[in-house]
Amino acid sequence: MAMTSGSGTPGGRPRAQRPHLSKMERVVVSMQDPDQGVRMRSQRLLITVISHAVTGGDVVEWLAQKFCISEEEALHLGDLLAQHGYLYPLREPHSLALRPDETPYRFQTPYFWTSTLWPAAELDYAIYLTKKNIRKQGALLEHEKEHYDQLHKKINHTWDLVVMQAREQLRAAKQRRKGDRLVIACQEQTYWLVNRPPPGAPNVLEQGPERGSCTGSRVQMSSDFYKREIEFSRKALGRTRVKSSICLEAYLKFSSQHSLHDPILSGCLPSNPWITDDDSYWTINAPMVAVPTKLRVEWAFSFQELLDDPVGRTHFMDFLQTEFSAENLSFWEACEELRFGGQAQIPDLVDAVYQQFLAPGAARWVNIDSRTMERTLEGLRQPHRYVLDDAQLHIYMLMKKDSYPRFLKSDMYKGLLGEAVIPLEAKRRVFPFTWKPRHLSPSPALLPTSGEPPATGSTAGGDGED
Amino acid sequence: MASDGLHESETLAALRSEAESLKGKLEEERAKLHDVELRQVAERVEALGQFVMKTRRTLKGHGNKVLCMDWCRDKRRIVSSSQDGKVIVWDSFTTNKEHAVTMPCTWVMACAYAPSGCAIACGGLDNKCSVYPLTFDKNENMAAKKKSVAMHTNYLSACSFTNSDMQILTASGDGTCALWDVESGQLLQSFHGHGADVLCLDLAPSETGNTFVSGGCDKKAMVWDMRSGQCVQAFETHESDINSVRYYPSGDAFASGSDDATCRLYDLRADREVAIYSKESIIFGASSVDFSLSGRLLFAGYNDYTINVWDVLKGVRVSILFGHENRVSTLRVSPDGTAFCSGSWDHTLRVWA
Repeated sequence: MAMTSGSGTPGGRPRAQRPHLSKMERVVVSMQDPDQGVRMRSQRLLITVISHAVTGGDVVEWLAQKFCISEEEALHLGDLLAQHGYLYPLREPHSLALRPDETPYRFQTPYFWTSTLWPAAELDYAIYLTKKNIRKQGALLEHEKEHYDQLHKKINHTWDLVVMQAREQLRAAKQRRKGDRLVIACQEQTYWLVNRPPPGAPNVLEQGPERGSCTGSRVQMSSDFYKREIEFSRKALGRTRVKSSICLEAYLKFSSQHSLHDPILSGCLPSNPWITDDDSYWTINAPMVAVPTKLRVEWAFSFQELLDDPVGRTHFMDFLQTEFSAENLSFWEACEELRFGGQAQIPDLVDAVYQQFLAPGAARWVNIDSRTMERTLEGLRQPHRYVLDDAQLHIYMLMKKDSYPRFLKSDMYKGLLGEAVIPLEAKRRVFPFTWKPRHLSPSPALLPTSGEPPATGSTAGGDGED
Repeated sequence: MASDGLHESETLAALRSEAESLKGKLEEERAKLHDVELRQVAERVEALGQFVMKTRRTLKGHGNKVLCMDWCRDKRRIVSSSQDGKVIVWDSFTTNKEHAVTMPCTWVMACAYAPSGCAIACGGLDNKCSVYPLTFDKNENMAAKKKSVAMHTNYLSACSFTNSDMQILTASGDGTCALWDVESGQLLQSFHGHGADVLCLDLAPSETGNTFVSGGCDKKAMVWDMRSGQCVQAFETHESDINSVRYYPSGDAFASGSDDATCRLYDLRADREVAIYSKESIIFGASSVDFSLSGRLLFAGYNDYTINVWDVLKGVRVSILFGHENRVSTLRVSPDGTAFCSGSWDHTLRVWA
């Protein structure tokens, strides 16, 4: 049966834009391999016998074996193949779901693959609906009736052609064997179930807003484009790279250092709030909690992690004060404020930083090497948010290489480690029916100006239960 | 004139071949230092045990496809956005909805929570990124305080605050990324280089870094210097659109998820792809990826409605999670790594732990 040629492809080549279609097609092709494919059998439907049928159960088993996956995953994949119209049920062709039992299916002919006949042409749909209408008077489903009426209005001028085609196709169909007629009807119906899904059924072809593709814009391939590529490649060739062995070892080290800190991997004490409904874990690890946990104070891994932790930063600041170098951290914080602050605040911030930390005789003068200081002072003439980057980096490295190692060896830090707690594992609730309402926590947006999430350290907040 | 035209096309051809040959040289240089595969190095690592994660919360309330979500730093609140223009802020621990606003456009593909927890940003087919301060004042209409920050010439695909509430980084279907000052709406820096729509971005967690990575329909992942606007590194090994990029927690690498049904790991110091996470049975595109806190696990949401959990070091899949009834469009691990949240075209969000 001939379909009218589809209208031009507006969005480009379907297969290229939907790589999953090609992959599904490869799967169904190998499923039909005479030796390695799914077991084919003849299926009796009332008085007709249909060849090359497969059962849902065999499909699932084949997928499970071929891809070494569980039956659940195989069923899920098989179901997706059916939803996309690559498999159709011989009975009840309204539902494209895969059933893992003796239900018979057949593979869709490539002619009707989504990627072959794409996009679905309005004219073809009109012919299909007209055929259905003629064959069984008024047997169109609700949504089909709506489509039919819409199309009738839209392409009214060629409606004679539609009816003529419909009649011709019906006539040709009558001349076929009953089995073939049945199969072709199923194939066509499946195609339309995929391309014009009934309301409520998933629309597997929906893609979301259209994306541009670089193959579409020929404008790109100008000489400027290639010149930029050349420039980029040249720069990239000049950069230093690190051997893979070194880089990859770093992952192993990072992972092993942090695995105990990874709640999904190693659990967390007293318990994971999402699993037990008990939010003590968050209470114990509040940003400014008085007594941090042992895991939390393991700041020996990374200076950055120490600084990122509000408790860590506070203690580090205290330590620096004992060494009379607290201005370094304050300077660093001021630089962060500049980097991430509002555009309008830049001039004032830069000025304040200069007065406090960089000017000769400044109250909290920071010790930067002369070259960096010179460059920085030069840059201050035209202040911008990155003007302190060099100085900030210098001070950061100074703290990291100098003060930080001393901090880790200090009595102060050792004391902190000693006091740190290891929470007890929360006992599993014995009686699940004494349901404890989940503690409410005040939204950060409720707080006046504090930027940090509320410290739910006390048992205030929530319902006062304990 | 005819002779000029011929000369120009010769130059173009010459440029193209030079560009190609330099690219080839670059690949050679990268390959020289590739002395071992991640899989081999990871042989010494203990395999992960049985892995059980379940849906612990289901957030229902969106009337249409959920497209994006982001966590608040308080580790329990989230913001989510959907196709019908609705943006909702939830306390996902209690599943209460705390705020809701309807955008004037559909397909709100990007949303982000401000570091302070006091505002959210979102945008989509309106080509803009808007910031809404969160208010509990019953008399105040959230939409009234809306601030239009970013303006692109095509859809907004991703947005993220930097380390403060005062700057936003955006990615757009117009092929560019941009950094904006929230207060004034001023464009601080723009990033040109992608050959097609930019679909995702992520800011680097590194020490004194000022970089971010973006992925697009040109199959490229590009690393940018925020200060200069220059692309400092680019990777082009995916075979289709890159839907999601996320830094490894140390900042030395990043992962990507693509329509080519694979996720990949790129190392920034080695300047190359170092791992591919794929399986023959995984046919549909990966829409969103994120690492667990230690970087050992990579969670990836796919267009086949599932979530696959990968062992980053060994390169194998450790688990597949079913539950969503339509494609998974967004996935983020919570700030303290206790759970991750997935959003789907099935109108729901799920928190897994």
